[in-house]
Amino acid sequence: MGWLGPEEWQAVALSLKVSFWATLVGLPIGIFTAYALARWRFPGKQVVNGLVHLPLILPPVVTGYLLLLTFGTTGPVGGFLESFGIVLAFRWTGAALAAGVMAFPLMVRAIRLSIEAVDPKLEEAAATLGASRAWVFVTVTLPLILPGVLAGAILAFAKAMGEFGATITFVSNIPGQTQTLPSAVYAFLQVPGGEGPAMRLVIVSVVIAMGALLLSEVVARRAAARVAGG
Amino acid sequence: MTLSVDIGHQLGSFRLDVAFEAPPGVTVLFGRSGSGKTSVVNAVAGLLRPDRGRVAVDGEVLFDTGSGRWLPPHRRRLGYIFQEGRLFPHMTVKQNLSYGRWFAGDGATESMDHVVEMLGIGHLLARRPGGLSGGEKQRVAIGRALLAGPRLLLADEPLAALDEGRKGEILPYFERLRDEVSVPILYVSHSAAEVARLATTVVVLQDGQVVRQGPAGEVLSDPEVMPTGVRGAGALLVARVARHHEDGLTELEAGGVSLFLPRVAQEAGREVRVRVAAHDVILAREKPEGLSALNLLPGVVSAIRAGEGPGMLVSLDTPAGTVLARVTRRSAQALGIEPGAACHAVIKTVAIAPEDVGGL
Repeated sequence: MGWLGPEEWQAVALSLKVSFWATLVGLPIGIFTAYALARWRFPGKQVVNGLVHLPLILPPVVTGYLLLLTFGTTGPVGGFLESFGIVLAFRWTGAALAAGVMAFPLMVRAIRLSIEAVDPKLEEAAATLGASRAWVFVTVTLPLILPGVLAGAILAFAKAMGEFGATITFVSNIPGQTQTLPSAVYAFLQVPGGEGPAMRLVIVSVVIAMGALLLSEVVARRAAARVAGG
Repeated sequence: MTLSVDIGHQLGSFRLDVAFEAPPGVTVLFGRSGSGKTSVVNAVAGLLRPDRGRVAVDGEVLFDTGSGRWLPPHRRRLGYIFQEGRLFPHMTVKQNLSYGRWFAGDGATESMDHVVEMLGIGHLLARRPGGLSGGEKQRVAIGRALLAGPRLLLADEPLAALDEGRKGEILPYFERLRDEVSVPILYVSHSAAEVARLATTVVVLQDGQVVRQGPAGEVLSDPEVMPTGVRGAGALLVARVARHHEDGLTELEAGGVSLFLPRVAQEAGREVRVRVAAHDVILAREKPEGLSALNLLPGVVSAIRAGEGPGMLVSLDTPAGTVLARVTRRSAQALGIEPGAACHAVIKTVAIAPEDVGGL
């Protein structure tokens, strides 16, 4: 990539890595949360729903600060994790956590909608044919919600690529460590003569975002056609 | 293989209190919509957990509030055929058919080839349910339930979503199930014609209560049970195919009396059951002469039931079996029809449709 300078390339690569892990680790948790919100009745459901959506509504800086308080080395969870040698604050893993938290509501919403579209009668039918709850989920529910899961994952990936406020608050803006693509654009704009690299990163950003959207369209359409079984 | 059910359940303001035994063969839960039929089947399948009661198949308890036993649906080994098929849209027909088999392991005794052949779905195996007709879907649903190796088949109005032509297409498959497969069937229906074709035993439900249960012939010929206001009332005659005539008629023999029907599919010598709808039967006190109707059955009135409207349901014991006739009160009075009165039942040949005749 001669077109991008090493610092710029570093930021793009880091952003891809951060978003990939944020999406991958977030996906099972997102599916579980979406399933619980769509299908189960439990006390405190509205509280859980609110917590899931909180990052969507709070200022990202606030979310980032809350993450720092919780997962920082002196925070309750961060201190606990540190005793196992896991440090999140000011590391790329922390950037992935921030991106994952910020993308989580979008992911859960997309998956929840697709779960609500699955007819529970099909799941009942599977149960009468001998499938336990877990098998019903794996063989019937999951294949049927696959388009929604993929759409949610791609949406979350795109959101993670663009996350800025919570990331910079929680893990700062360290080149090669935590300087993601948006942070790099911000940093370049702060120095004289940085417009060139900033513009190149903006183009990369637009290309990745558009690519993700197109991909999600194609994937969703294919999956939907397969499920409709035309 | 016997199913015994004794359950009570409150659904809003609706009270379900049902107890019955289903012996081998086809037991039809018969009643209007809202009488609680589907709730009973769901309770047997484990999709509904009743407030109280006990459900057992051949001595194995599936549910018992006394002992607190509750077997989840996937461990009951029952095949459920739903009204809307409920095929898995993301799987091929073949994968749908194999689904229950895979979980059943050694419990699945029916061979795939036999079931596919019996239901005539060999040409559909590679297709997905989305492209199948209603009748095809329902045949696949039957196969899927059967291949799971069930101890009991449950069918909840499996024909209700089909048009008349498709019903005629599926009914024979249920007859074959009854005759060729040893699995007992609990079949929900509000159609008297289906009951007449399939039932070995009938359990009549009304407002969540069992109002009558017994062998099909007895229950269907009982005017106390059959709703008088509904066109559905009709008796069941068992007859033997005597011969097929050149002019398109089939002659049946029942209790020494000949019955003429439009050509039936069964060969000569086979036993068939014929449903004679009550509104297709005319009663005459004297033996009528010069009549176009070919079927005249002499008999004695055994019971009369008056409904709310102008109609009455009369049951007539004839050598061929009990026949139900729906007549107006006015005619009944004018003719002096009362228990013990001798009468002739007149049945038009063409009134009996091919759907009314089934194998035994």
